[in-house]
Amino acid sequence: MIDFSYTVLILLIPLVVFVVVGLFGNRFKPIVSGLVGTTGLFIGWVLSIFTAYNYFFVSGKGAEGAFVKVLAFSMRWLNLTDKLHIDMGVLLDPISVMMLIVITTVSFMVHLYSIGYMAGEKGFSRFFATLSLFSFSMLGLVVATNIFQMYIFWELVGVSSYLLIGFYYTKDSAVAASKKAFIVTRFADLGFLIGILMLSYATGTFDFIKLTAPDSPALTSGQGVWFLGLSTMTWSMIFIFMGGAGKSAMFPLHIWLPDAMEGPTPVSALIHAATMVVAGVYLVARLFPIYHMNAVALDVVMYVGAFSSIFAAVVACTQYDIKRVLAYSTMSQIGMMMFALGVSGYGGEEGLGFMASMFHLFTHAFFKALLFLGAGAIIHAVHSNVMQDMGGLRKHMPITHATFLIACLAIAGIPPLSGFFSKDEILAAGHMKSMFLFIVELTVSGLTAFYMFRLYYNIFWGKNTHYHHTPHEAPLTMTLPLMILALGALFAGLVPFASLVTSDGMPFETHIELGVAIPAVLAGLIGITIATLMYRKETNVPERIFNTLGGFSKAAFNKFYIDEVYLFITKKILFNYVSRPVAWFDRHIVDGAMNGMAYVTNEASDRVKKLQSGQVQQYALVFVSGALLLALLFIYLWTN
Amino acid sequence: MSILTLFIIIPVLTIIGILFSKNHMQVKWVSVIGMSLQLISALALIFLYLAERRAGNMAEILFVQDNLWYESLNIHFYIGVDGVSVAMIGLTALVVFAGIFASWDIVDLPREFFTSLILLASGVFGFFISLDLFTMFLFYELAVIPMYLLIGIWGSGPRHYSAMKLTLMLMGGSAFILLGLLGIYFNSAPSGGPLTFDLIKISKEHIPIAAQNFLFPFLFVGFGVLGAMFPFHTWSPDGHASAPTAVSMLHAGVLMKLGGYGCYRVAVFLLPEGAHYWGWLFLILATIGVIYGAFGAIWQKDLKYINAYSSVSHCALVLFAILMFNQTAINGAIMQMISHGIMTALFFALIGMIYGRTHTRYINEMGGLMKVMPFLAVAYVIAGLASLGLPGFSGFVAEMTIFVGSFQHPDTFHRVCTIIAASSIVVTAVYVLRVVGVLLLGKIKNEAFETLPDAKWHDRMSVVALIAGITIIGSAPLWLSDMINGGLGPIVQKLLAAAPAIMP
Amino acid sequence: MFEGVPLTWFLITGTIMFFVGIYGFLVRKNLITMLMSIELILNSVNINFVAFNKILYPGHLEGMFFTIFIIAVAAAEASVAIAIIINIYRRLVNIDVEKMNEMKY
Repeated sequence: MIDFSYTVLILLIPLVVFVVVGLFGNRFKPIVSGLVGTTGLFIGWVLSIFTAYNYFFVSGKGAEGAFVKVLAFSMRWLNLTDKLHIDMGVLLDPISVMMLIVITTVSFMVHLYSIGYMAGEKGFSRFFATLSLFSFSMLGLVVATNIFQMYIFWELVGVSSYLLIGFYYTKDSAVAASKKAFIVTRFADLGFLIGILMLSYATGTFDFIKLTAPDSPALTSGQGVWFLGLSTMTWSMIFIFMGGAGKSAMFPLHIWLPDAMEGPTPVSALIHAATMVVAGVYLVARLFPIYHMNAVALDVVMYVGAFSSIFAAVVACTQYDIKRVLAYSTMSQIGMMMFALGVSGYGGEEGLGFMASMFHLFTHAFFKALLFLGAGAIIHAVHSNVMQDMGGLRKHMPITHATFLIACLAIAGIPPLSGFFSKDEILAAGHMKSMFLFIVELTVSGLTAFYMFRLYYNIFWGKNTHYHHTPHEAPLTMTLPLMILALGALFAGLVPFASLVTSDGMPFETHIELGVAIPAVLAGLIGITIATLMYRKETNVPERIFNTLGGFSKAAFNKFYIDEVYLFITKKILFNYVSRPVAWFDRHIVDGAMNGMAYVTNEASDRVKKLQSGQVQQYALVFVSGALLLALLFIYLWTN
Repeated sequence: MSILTLFIIIPVLTIIGILFSKNHMQVKWVSVIGMSLQLISALALIFLYLAERRAGNMAEILFVQDNLWYESLNIHFYIGVDGVSVAMIGLTALVVFAGIFASWDIVDLPREFFTSLILLASGVFGFFISLDLFTMFLFYELAVIPMYLLIGIWGSGPRHYSAMKLTLMLMGGSAFILLGLLGIYFNSAPSGGPLTFDLIKISKEHIPIAAQNFLFPFLFVGFGVLGAMFPFHTWSPDGHASAPTAVSMLHAGVLMKLGGYGCYRVAVFLLPEGAHYWGWLFLILATIGVIYGAFGAIWQKDLKYINAYSSVSHCALVLFAILMFNQTAINGAIMQMISHGIMTALFFALIGMIYGRTHTRYINEMGGLMKVMPFLAVAYVIAGLASLGLPGFSGFVAEMTIFVGSFQHPDTFHRVCTIIAASSIVVTAVYVLRVVGVLLLGKIKNEAFETLPDAKWHDRMSVVALIAGITIIGSAPLWLSDMINGGLGPIVQKLLAAAPAIMP
Repeated sequence: MFEGVPLTWFLITGTIMFFVGIYGFLVRKNLITMLMSIELILNSVNINFVAFNKILYPGHLEGMFFTIFIIAVAAAEASVAIAIIINIYRRLVNIDVEKMNEMKY
């Protein structure tokens, strides 16, 4: 058995970089901060690959040929009760090692890219410090040994996301977006916290190894009906999923993701496409053995995932901001991953959905990061986010064009690119569970192909827009990551995932099922064809279709008014009908009572003090009459 | 003589030094030296305490000193500490240290200002080390009285009104406390023998249940007033808003903790059955306080009001946790006191510094300060993040300990209350981020602010000391949590004896 | 000299003087007159002292001493009081007691 304790370095290096660059970054030259950050991540990347190699091919397997969970490092962080304690540590198992690869790769690419992209920006050091903080938190999240460590890092990725979305802090829209992202996910995290509390109350442990073991206390305790006919354990899983749904932008907690595109584009690529937003999927996968035993909770995951994927795909077809299209696309793809988890069974071939979900997470990270970085290069060149301002860019930016096309084909599921394999497994898993949902996901596939190529044609083909200054290809630090990621998007599908990452660690065989693969590829091709017909040349067809659909397309363009509903609930109801009355109540009723008490005392003394008139003779009169009365009283008492 | 006596002697010597110093600078430096010594002795105390415990000294109270000073009523100067008091002393020393630097710019009557400030601090220190109920009460009053002068003389806005309101409400609380203490005194020897104010000795006795049920509300409400318990919290917004910076810091950071500490050390510890009898009522009030303070803060426009309401919410969480009657939750309560103490002191220090530059506290009149004063702005963001319970800062550790502990209570009512209280973390995020967004981010609204200076060296001293406090506790909480846990044994045993069913 | 005059007569005289004094003190507005009323009250007490001493305890002298004591104190008091009254008159050009109500509330 190899000693894996060095893996703690993968976490510590970004942390040290964050502290150093965060505290002293403004004393360095900007480029030094960039290089320090990038080097740190490069070391982490190498270490992760080394770890993955060691784990998957050298010593990860236990006696029965299944991959086992390895506790590489652990230390006590806080004692709570005699049973519950929070540890900080590193847990290695197939999904966490896979995530280490994904995170360090994308993060390293994004660091490298940002040196070019952010050059000359104010706050260059701050950007890199926060990026390192994010990498540290995200890595800590995936290697968490217990659910509370996960929650801790969960919050930390939330705050790094907040800081990075609000990077351009003088822009009001960025400030609002960062606030929205944090508060929406915070609300979801409340669910996560409640879920953790319920889970730990029922099972008496936070530890993932204990919780997901075959003799897990989660399978026996908390099974009694608790509320609305569901058991405590089911409710806790639903609450935990709420946290996951918030971070993964599942309907109806997705509203922050499109706005989060206010952040710099590399951030969108790293956080809001490849890593942080899949944390929800990872969370469900991490607790999958427990979800599997609580069918209702798993159904919730399935339906939420399926609905989010179709919802986001429809909205994506109508947006004009290229980053927003990509954001909705991310939401849609993550919906598919959730869906795959929801339909999955546990163990061996039963766990096809689980494997497919992780596989899609893996491939998606490459092509979606590539799409965002490509979009960043384009925005860098034309200084606009809106696709109406673009067109005909393929001549000006050949490398970006080629890599972008690869990514589009991959996400559309065209074989033999990576997206095809993972999406095919998801559809196959869905096909086993329910025909209806299979068709839904097939539609999503088609829509994905359609809106991606709508985007592609609008940017690179179509009209030859006249630019203020001719757009030119990005510098090497930006195109190099594009090319590396394009390799990933091309070939990541060839990784034999079923023999590496499975629900119970046991490898199994997969094969392409033609009954699923052919409709899936057809759906993609149809989507591409329609997009080609509509957007290859500039025509008025899209507008006519948009108008024919009338109210529906208008609603989709306005994201089905979900934002407005939230605004109504928060601004109108919470602010005006809760917070304001509370403030009023406090000033007037509670404080009024106190002031009232003071007022009454004051008034009473005001009345009483009038007796002190200043007339000596009046005092004397009172005195004498009092004395007389007393005398009479005593005489009376004495004589009786 | 025990090391604890230092915590009384140093402030007294400092005050004497201040009285003999010749000018402003000397006054400040004497205060700085005195309070630095105090901080050093507090750190030394923490180390000594931990060393003593590691060496296997398992006595309930360490560093004991006992002098009789009023024989006919059996009143002692009886001091000693356990893990909880050591933690509170550390908090106080840190906040006072930071407070001295935060009041560097006081121009009016600095001699009198620093004298009152240190007098107040010595009252607080005395309160935390006392184990004799009467001496404790004496120090309590010593801490409350200078507050009136500090707000009334050096305050701003409607300072006379606020000072009067604050003092009267706290004095009302004191009256309740005195009544409760006397009640305990006269029941302190149910099995015969001399009456006593000795807290430890009383805790070994069993006060008759009828007396406990009668006395508990007095003590809990009395200390609760200082702990900003709903609905007796209204002195806090006005008082904080009018108080000068260092006084707000000390008040919210330390003085309000006297309330929580009193509830824990006197009310619940000595009257466990009474606590069980009345617990549900105060738990409801505390839960309301948590949510209510948070919602109240959303609507405010004055920075100090926002923070005062936020304090109401956080301090209510302390009482909430104490009323859960189990070790984890109470541990969380103590940590919450420490965490909130440092954090809110940081907030008030920063608000004071920002106000000192912009001369307004209304968030709508400011904006984009991040560009002008990056140091203060970043510190404010850190304070805000700590306040909304971000991991890595002390607030998270405390809140999570409270929530996990409270949720272990087998009673559904208590768990529902926990969920309600936990939802405050969302509301807290709303008002913190709102302030950060409006105040620090965005464009500069008022052009006159563009040339304002950033923090000076003494501002930095104060801010850095406090930030170090919250980060150290937040990232490595184990020693603190274990230290506090070590002091909770007796109270947990008493609560267990009072109602065995509720302990997990 | 007063042989055979019963004690009651002295007491009646004292009481009448006392209440005349009280009445004067309460009713007259002139400070000087009020001072005179006080003298009446004091002297009524003196009469009682002397009478009691003479008739009940002929062998003792305490009553006499007390009377002389009171006379001395009354003289001192009168001089202080008149000094005050003169000062008041200088300030207010008035010695009406009802005008002097500054010391209230």
